[in-house]
Amino acid sequence: MSLLTKRLRLFPVLPAYVAVYFLFLYLPILLLPVFSFNNAATTTFPLAGFTTKWYASLAGNTVMLEAAWNSLVVGISVSLLSTVLGICAARAITRYRFRGQKAAAGLIMAPLFLPEIIVAVSLLMIVLALGVELSLFTVILGQTVFCIPYAMSVLVSGFEGFDRSLEEASYDLGETALGTFRRVTLPVVAPAIVSSLLVTFTISLDEFILAFFLSGTEPTLPVYIWGQLRFAAKLPGVLALGTIMIVVSIVLLTFAETLRRRAERRTQMAHALP
Amino acid sequence: MTAAALGPAADTPSPARRRAWMRSEEARGLAMISPTFLYALAVLFLPVLIVIAYSFWTQNYLDIDRTFTLENYRQALTEPIYRDLFVRSLWISLTVSVVTVAFSYPVAWFISFHGGIHKNLWLFLITVPCWTSYLLRVMSWKVILGYGGVMNTGLISIGIIDKPLTSLLYNSNAVVITLVHSWAAFAILPIYVSLQKIDRTLIEAARDLGDSRLKAFFRVTLPLSLPGVISAFLIVMIPTVGDYVTPRLVGGKDGVMIATAIQAQFGKAANWPLGAALSVTTMVLVSLAAAAVVLALKFTVRRIR
Repeated sequence: MSLLTKRLRLFPVLPAYVAVYFLFLYLPILLLPVFSFNNAATTTFPLAGFTTKWYASLAGNTVMLEAAWNSLVVGISVSLLSTVLGICAARAITRYRFRGQKAAAGLIMAPLFLPEIIVAVSLLMIVLALGVELSLFTVILGQTVFCIPYAMSVLVSGFEGFDRSLEEASYDLGETALGTFRRVTLPVVAPAIVSSLLVTFTISLDEFILAFFLSGTEPTLPVYIWGQLRFAAKLPGVLALGTIMIVVSIVLLTFAETLRRRAERRTQMAHALP
Repeated sequence: MTAAALGPAADTPSPARRRAWMRSEEARGLAMISPTFLYALAVLFLPVLIVIAYSFWTQNYLDIDRTFTLENYRQALTEPIYRDLFVRSLWISLTVSVVTVAFSYPVAWFISFHGGIHKNLWLFLITVPCWTSYLLRVMSWKVILGYGGVMNTGLISIGIIDKPLTSLLYNSNAVVITLVHSWAAFAILPIYVSLQKIDRTLIEAARDLGDSRLKAFFRVTLPLSLPGVISAFLIVMIPTVGDYVTPRLVGGKDGVMIATAIQAQFGKAANWPLGAALSVTTMVLVSLAAAAVVLALKFTVRRIR
């Protein structure tokens, strides 16, 4: 046993395992850009040569551009709505203690634990039963309820540890509740809010099932891509579009993460003030 | 308004006491959470209730017959096609969650115990692939596992196989691989959080009292991280059972899951009550299966201790 463990220690099993795991995680993400610059309509090795024609073909594609516009409209609305609602809930949870807190938070976080297709189907039924036409508006409604848990988790970690005595001092000095929020709370938690906006925008940009069920005749980018996947000839264009979307997502996420960390640091600093 | 109706002040008639309550911490908390709570109630809870109601009704050509019936459930549970889909969906999502948790635990452990000062960076790098387009990640697995795909052409060029394998894509294994990839970060995060909470001195104590590294892990670290393992398990298993995209893109005939049937009932077949019954049955079955696994996990860990 001890001989075996000694030998194992010579070979770094765990770091090697983690490396393989990362390779597994990133492989699909790295392959898309590779084939999007490949001068062939098929996705096979060896590569046929470098081209940017698949990207060029996107520029004149009006249907795709319209879908991109739809995604932008939905993304901005969803991120604003879910962040505002997330702020309310995250404040309520980190700042106050009240009966029913756990139950309310549980309902708000429930979309994380529900099969997404069931959220989509149930919304579709109620929307059609009420006679509301399917549109980007219905997509926004659905994606918002789905995004709130993610907004909450970012915001709660940004609001936690915020020193209440700062707010109380502000009240004592005669500031109103709204004024205190604007002049004391907001500056400290602003990075968390921006981070939540970016994260929810990213989720909305990539979200498919709800958009697929609820968008009617106005497709978002993922719904457009889904339609293209049936045609093998359209694949390289889809890969180019996908590469752009992945780059946008990663840039937004990196911003969000930087801000989230700044938010954490700020709440800690505010906490440490004498 | 709502806050007051929910709170204890609703049954205290005195206006003075009501005003006092309105200024209390409880009232403020309720008022603060109510917009989000009401939104979730209206856009999540009510629609799910409607689905449950529909599952007890019947589709009568273009109208809905609102007499109570269990016929949809009888159909959902006894017709071979739906029974097979349920069994396969549960089996796939169970496999996916067990594999994801088992493969992610060492990574979470590594970050928590050996992540140094860059723990947050490690975690961020793990979550990045999960936030990028879900559809395209599934597509990418199709490119990797396909007949002329990366895996086959790669294996041929190394000389391990002579002709492409057809068994990689369009079956339930492809669905499992793709879903494990999609949900990896969702398993790592909760496990990592619970590992971070463990008081390191407890592990040192176990070592000082003569436990080997491995024994200390099974007797201290693993039981204490069980809440993380359980939430990782639930967070993977419950949503994956209803996955629509992965089975459609990489599952082929043998990888079809229940979501395809649900979608068909709301689309072409236009039988909402049956679709609703299939949805409710999916939720109930996956909850029961998840509860069974959670109990089994708790029991096993207690035995090891």
